[in-house]
Amino acid sequence: MRILTKRNGIIALIIFAFSFPYIAQNDYYLHMLTLSFIWAIAVYGINLLSGYTGYLSLAHAGFFAIGAYSLGLLTVKAEMNFWLALICACLITCAIGFLIGLIALRTKEHFFAIYTLCVGYIIYLVIDKWEGLTEGVRGLIGIPAPGNIGPITFDTAASQYYLVLIFLLAVILIMYRIIRSLTGRTYMAIRNSEDLAQTIGISTMKNKLTAFVLSTFFAGLAGALYASFIRFIGPDIGSTAIMFDLLMYLLVGGIGTLSGPLVGTLLLVILSQNLQFLQEYRMLIFGPLLTVIIIFYPRGIAGAFYDWQRKRKDNELSGVRGELHIKAEEG
Amino acid sequence: MEILVQQLFNGLTIGSVYSLVALGLTLVYGILHIPNFAHGALYMLGGYITLSMMTLYGVNYWMAMFVSIIVVGLLGVLLERFVFRLLREAPPLHDKIAAIGILLFLEAFAQFVWGADFHTMTSPYGQVVNILGLTFTLQRLLIIVSAIAVMVLLYLFLKKTYAGSTIIAMSQSREGASLVGININKVAMLTFMISGGLAAIASSLASPINLVFPGMGHLVILKAFVIIILGGMGSIPGAIVGGYILGFSESLGATYISNDYKDIIAFILLVIILTVKPTGLFAKGER
Repeated sequence: MRILTKRNGIIALIIFAFSFPYIAQNDYYLHMLTLSFIWAIAVYGINLLSGYTGYLSLAHAGFFAIGAYSLGLLTVKAEMNFWLALICACLITCAIGFLIGLIALRTKEHFFAIYTLCVGYIIYLVIDKWEGLTEGVRGLIGIPAPGNIGPITFDTAASQYYLVLIFLLAVILIMYRIIRSLTGRTYMAIRNSEDLAQTIGISTMKNKLTAFVLSTFFAGLAGALYASFIRFIGPDIGSTAIMFDLLMYLLVGGIGTLSGPLVGTLLLVILSQNLQFLQEYRMLIFGPLLTVIIIFYPRGIAGAFYDWQRKRKDNELSGVRGELHIKAEEG
Repeated sequence: MEILVQQLFNGLTIGSVYSLVALGLTLVYGILHIPNFAHGALYMLGGYITLSMMTLYGVNYWMAMFVSIIVVGLLGVLLERFVFRLLREAPPLHDKIAAIGILLFLEAFAQFVWGADFHTMTSPYGQVVNILGLTFTLQRLLIIVSAIAVMVLLYLFLKKTYAGSTIIAMSQSREGASLVGININKVAMLTFMISGGLAAIASSLASPINLVFPGMGHLVILKAFVIIILGGMGSIPGAIVGGYILGFSESLGATYISNDYKDIIAFILLVIILTVKPTGLFAKGER
């Protein structure tokens, strides 16, 4: 019986995550962790499209902003119920994502990256300039916290932490189910060779579009949670700076791995909180880090860990084989 | 009528700058098939180096520009040697991400060294000239003339010299070029050098009429991407024509449509183009 199995490890992590508010009686850590969970949800969205399907999207900060602004506008200006607004925000993001994906996915590789970069910029500019709707640079103030569900309220830091944690776990579970299913295999087939995928009868456009819309859904959900958590949003959340931050979380954690987005986001958010004195200049370290990682560890920390594990297993196996060989000779 | 002519002239000015930036981008793309997202940061750095040469060392404008060309060109060479060469066999996704990493670093670096403030560059050619009832500063005229001169020189270099033709050869076929004995690594470094130099020229010319700040490359690089998609990725005449088309549509759009949304014009243009033709206008018969 081994205690250190993967399953037990995951269970221990989840128990730790749930007991965290009791262990750390500190609202600051809770706030930071909640925020990084929200970012992680968005990074999972990018990972689905860029990591598994092979399309580098640079528009996801835009979709994040669309989710956030949809929720903000629906609750502040239309005074809608929070939960209804959350669902609507995700649907709006998906609808816009669907329309953009329909066109964007006709392009490939570099064109797709450039196209989405421009789409992201257009979203940012529209939010920034359309003052009648979005209040422009002044931002949207007074977004309500999540509404009550029966007796459960969300007015303390711990309760909001749990809310976001549950959403994050759900997102990870969905991702796990997707990549273990035929759908996930299909996405990876498209990533590895789109022509080949088409040859074996995969409708690439349909699958790419599903992946794109799903990934915008995650980004929109993260945006909506962000808006209700921070309770103030400005056009900056759709800027390319945020996009590059998200991309960096993904790359450092490991693109195309299941645990990568969470590992990368937690690590970098905590690191940049501790390097607060560097705030403006943190890219002096993170920029070269990104470049070095992509050159030497293209699958990030999670990928490097998997490789190490596999190598160890291979060594163990060859060791066992060697022993058997010796025994056979002796016998 | 006068406004129209004035705006056409403005379009010619910004178009010249866009063309120079796009030329550097398209050269690198043609050779290495890398969309160099860091090109905008090279542009920004070029502006800063010219500016600090002028303010700190009191060097004259042209000399400062020359230093800037050399420094940024060498930086381009370093990027090729230590980043992109290591990624030559990697999937295309990696080049893009590495370029983004460099972009983030260079921007933070500029902010670290020169601060986040906006700087103005005073050019010795600030005089106002009046020709046929049109008024404009000499600097704008200088931008147009120098940009065209640079383009002509680049054309002559590529067509008439040995080094230039190796670049063309490599953009036509990398295997073919190495079969006839062209050193691919040297050509790649040379291309990055020229590309960086072009970015430095463009920003040194444009800075006196704009401002110098760490984010000055953002919009320019995005527009340069629009241009090279417009003109065909890797096509040199395409970059020049595309640059002027964008320059004119922006300056006319700013006057006749909306000044607030003038930056969006380029992106709308791109979205329309890629919607109609996903591989870009004038795309060479790839794949």
